[in-house]
Amino acid sequence: MSRLILAIGVILLWSACKFNSTTSNSLPIYGNRQAVTRVVNGQTVIDTLYQTIPPFKLVNQYGDSISNNDLNGKIYVADFFFTSCPSICPVMQRNMLNVYNTYKNTPDVKILSYTIDPKYDSVKVLKKYADKLGVTGNMWWFIQGKKDDTYRLAEKSYLVAVSQDTTVPGGYVHQGYFVLVDKQKRVRGSYDGTNAQQVSQLIDDVKTLKAEPAPGANQ
Amino acid sequence: MKFKVIIGVLCLLLILAVSCQSPQSIEFARYYSSGSLLYQSHCQNCHGAKGEGLNALIPPLTDTVFIKNNIHQLPCLVKNGLRGKLTINKKDFTEKMPSNDLAPIEIANVLTYVANSFGNKRGTIDVVQVGNDLNNCK
Repeated sequence: MSRLILAIGVILLWSACKFNSTTSNSLPIYGNRQAVTRVVNGQTVIDTLYQTIPPFKLVNQYGDSISNNDLNGKIYVADFFFTSCPSICPVMQRNMLNVYNTYKNTPDVKILSYTIDPKYDSVKVLKKYADKLGVTGNMWWFIQGKKDDTYRLAEKSYLVAVSQDTTVPGGYVHQGYFVLVDKQKRVRGSYDGTNAQQVSQLIDDVKTLKAEPAPGANQ
Repeated sequence: MKFKVIIGVLCLLLILAVSCQSPQSIEFARYYSSGSLLYQSHCQNCHGAKGEGLNALIPPLTDTVFIKNNIHQLPCLVKNGLRGKLTINKKDFTEKMPSNDLAPIEIANVLTYVANSFGNKRGTIDVVQVGNDLNNCK
């Protein structure tokens, strides 16, 4: 009898371990996808084309123009804010500072904070804001451009890719999401920027992305 | 037998002494706990759970000297917000603080919480005092 119990115990233990080890560590790829047919070395192969962040052209807090080419081969976290925001922005930036402090010396990780109030948030205002937040260097860019472009980018590329529910127009922009984008400009996660726990998950997930094989390595 | 009775009476007295808080400390506890909830909903996003502020953008609430010296200006500050320079912990802050639509009793509660947290120890900031202070807002 006691042998039976021991055996059951051992099986339970083993299955518990097994269960843990099969919890996959890879992140989902969000957005629409389509199949494309290509010919490689005379053979027809079907590839999946994922939704990516489209090209954009904006200006950062140093007055440098930024396009998405500057993000080639970078993992980055995007959020939407405005410097005069009294409600959720401070707590978002406090959490984003944790991301910044974790990865500020990591060359392939960046943060992009898009202002949704470019009229007030001039380059000068953004620079002053970054200074006061204690952000230096080029790891964290505060960027501004045409309001329409930023909103379109937010809703059509960053956030719709995460959730198709658009019943709250513009709502996402104000809900303080942090969006994680991989080296191939695909959205890989979204996190509530006001929630410190979710932001530590984001910090962990950046590590997971860093460990992914480089694009094209397995083709 | 007599000994046991004496011990029993002593224990009873001790329990009474511990359980009966003074009216003042009950009032303080009531102010403080209501203030703690108001702080979470009105102040914490900016000033932080530990009153730490946010670098040079948002001042911390840990400057005990500032809290002490400005105790009668604080109700106006909470109610009307603030523009212009403020020196806290020897650092200058120039960002705008938004106004808060709070009743005098709520201001008294939240100030009691702030003035007795984050290193501050100023006791109860009662609603009468807050009312007077609010009448003298510049």
